[in-house]
Amino acid sequence: MYGYVARRILATLPVLGIVAVVVFAILHLSPGDPAALIAGDQATPQQIAEVRNKLGLDRPLYQQFAVWLSSLASGDLGVSIFSNQPVTRLLAQRMEPTISLTITTTIVMVLLAVPIGVIAAWRADTWIDHAVMSLAVLGFSLPIFVVAYLLIYGLAMTWDVFPVQGYTPLREGIGAWANHLVLPSLTLGLSFMALIARITRASMLEVLSQDYIRTARSKGLGPRQLLIDHALANAAVPIVTIIGVGVALLLGGVVVTESVFAIPGIGRLVVDAILTRDYPVIQGVLLIFSGVYVLLNLMIDLLYVVLDPRIRY
Amino acid sequence: MTDVLQQVDLAGDADAMAPRQRGLARRYPMVMLGALLFAIVLLITLAAPWLATHDPQEIDPIARLRAPSAEHLLGTDALGRDVWSRTIFGGRISLMVGLVVGLLASVLGLAIGLISGYSRIADAIVMRVMDGLMSIPAILLAIALMSVSRASILTVIAAITVVEIPRVVRLVRSVVLTLREQTYVEAAIIAGTRPARIVFKHILPNTLAPLIVQTTYICAAAMLVESILSFLGAGTPPEVPSWGNIMAEGRTLFQIAPWLILSPGLLLGATVLAVNLVGDGLRGMLDPRIARRM
Repeated sequence: MYGYVARRILATLPVLGIVAVVVFAILHLSPGDPAALIAGDQATPQQIAEVRNKLGLDRPLYQQFAVWLSSLASGDLGVSIFSNQPVTRLLAQRMEPTISLTITTTIVMVLLAVPIGVIAAWRADTWIDHAVMSLAVLGFSLPIFVVAYLLIYGLAMTWDVFPVQGYTPLREGIGAWANHLVLPSLTLGLSFMALIARITRASMLEVLSQDYIRTARSKGLGPRQLLIDHALANAAVPIVTIIGVGVALLLGGVVVTESVFAIPGIGRLVVDAILTRDYPVIQGVLLIFSGVYVLLNLMIDLLYVVLDPRIRY
Repeated sequence: MTDVLQQVDLAGDADAMAPRQRGLARRYPMVMLGALLFAIVLLITLAAPWLATHDPQEIDPIARLRAPSAEHLLGTDALGRDVWSRTIFGGRISLMVGLVVGLLASVLGLAIGLISGYSRIADAIVMRVMDGLMSIPAILLAIALMSVSRASILTVIAAITVVEIPRVVRLVRSVVLTLREQTYVEAAIIAGTRPARIVFKHILPNTLAPLIVQTTYICAAAMLVESILSFLGAGTPPEVPSWGNIMAEGRTLFQIAPWLILSPGLLLGATVLAVNLVGDGLRGMLDPRIARRM
C-alpha cells in the first residue's frame, strides 16, 4: 500500500508539469500580442518593442519557458507588471480571505448537503425528495452572481441581517469575520451543495437497495444506525470523489464571489489583473489554483483507502 | 417542440397519434417542461424586434433608472435605455453563444476523442494535454484565455469552447475504449474492415447518445460562463447588450436599481434551467436506471 501511495504522489508531478506548460502556452501561444495589449491602444511601435523587451517576449519561446520554469522551481512567480511587486507577495497578502471563504464554505456546505442527500434518498419520491432535487437543479442553473444579488437583496438590503460587502480579518474578532462570510459562503456554496446533495442521494439510493440493508432493517435496526453506519459508510467513496471535483467549482466561483462582495482575496486579485492585463499575476493565480485542485484530488484518492477498506492497492 | 408534435399530428392519423403524445408528456414531464421553457425563451428572443417596446440602444437621459412601469416593463438603466428591450435582444447573444459552443465543442471533442480512443500514440499525448486543461478551474481558464485576446463574441466563443472540449474528449474516449473491446468490433477488424470504416460505421453512432446529453450540459455551462466573463469585464465588448453586460452595468447600481441585474439574471437562470432539465431528461431516456436515481 505504501508503494501505491508513493506512486500516486509521483504521478501528480507530471500533471503539475503539464499544468505549467498549459498555463505558459495560453499566454505565449495565443494569437494576440501581449506586448501590444499591455502597451495599450495608443502605443507607438517603439513603446510596444520596449514592453516586449522588458518582459523578455522577444527571446525564443523555449528560452522564455526555461527561464520561467527555473524561477518557478525556486518559488519565484515573477513580478507584477502593474504594481511592480513580486507575485508571491501579492498572493500571500490576499491569501487569508480566500482561504477563509473556501474552507468555511466547503465545511458548511458538506455538513448541509450530505444530510440533505441522505434524507432525500431515505424519503425517496416524497415531497421532501422532490423539493431537494428541484432545488439542486435550480442551484446548478442560476449564475453565481445572480444568487449573490438575490441574497444581498433579501438578507442584507430588505432585512438588514448581514453586511452587504467587505471582509474583516480573523484577528479582528471571530464574530465580525463570520458575519461577513455568511452571504459569500452561501453564494459560493449553492451550486457546490446542489452537486453534493445530488450525488449523495444517488449513491445512497444505490446502497439502500442492497440486500444487507434489508437484512439490517429486518433485524430491527433504527433509521440512524441503518442510514449512517450501514448505508452512508458504504456510499462514501462517490460522495468524497464529487467533493473533490466540486472544489473546481468553488475555486472558479471564488473569482466571482469576491468581486461581488468586495472581498480582497486572490479572486479579486485575478480580476483586477485581467483588467490591467497583468500576465505574471494571472499566471501565478492559475498555477496556485490548479495546484491546489490537483493536490486536493490526490489527497482524496489516498483517502479512499481509509474510507473503504476493501480498496487495496 | 409542441409545434413539431402538432405537425406530426396533422400529417398522420390524429386518433392514432394522440395517446403517444400524451404518453411522451407523461413519461418525460421534465424534458417536455424544459423544452417548452426553452422554446418560449427562444421565441421571445427571436421575436425581439416585435416584442421590444423601445430601441434597445436608444438613450433617454430624462428617464434614467426608472423602476419597472407600464411604459418601461423592466425599468430603465443608467442611460435611460429600456431594460426589457435590451434583455430580450441580449438573449440572442447568450443563446447563440450557448448553441455555438455546444456544437463546436461537441464536434471538435468528438473528433479528438475518436482519434485518441483509437490510436494509442495519439492517446498518450492528447489525454495528458486534456488532464492539464481540466486541472485548471473552468472559469479561470476562460478568463485567462480572454485576457490574451481582444474582446469579441468570437473570442468568447473560442475561449469557452477550449474550456469545454476536454470534457467531451474524455466522454467520447471512454465510450470508444469500451466499444473497441466489443466482439462486433473485433469481428469487423478480423473481417478486414478498414479502420476509418470501423470508426465511422461501428463506433461513431454509439457515441452519439451520451454525446447529445453532454452537448446540452455544455450549452448550459457556456451560457453561464459567458455571463460570468461579461460580468467580470472579460467577455463580450461592453457595447453588445448581452445578459452578462447588462448585469455588469447594473453592478454598482444594485442598491438603487436591482432590476438591472435581476431581470436578465432570472431570465438567464430560467434558460439554463430549461436546458439542464432537457439534459437530465434525455439522460433518463437513454438510461432509465440513472433516471430513477438522479
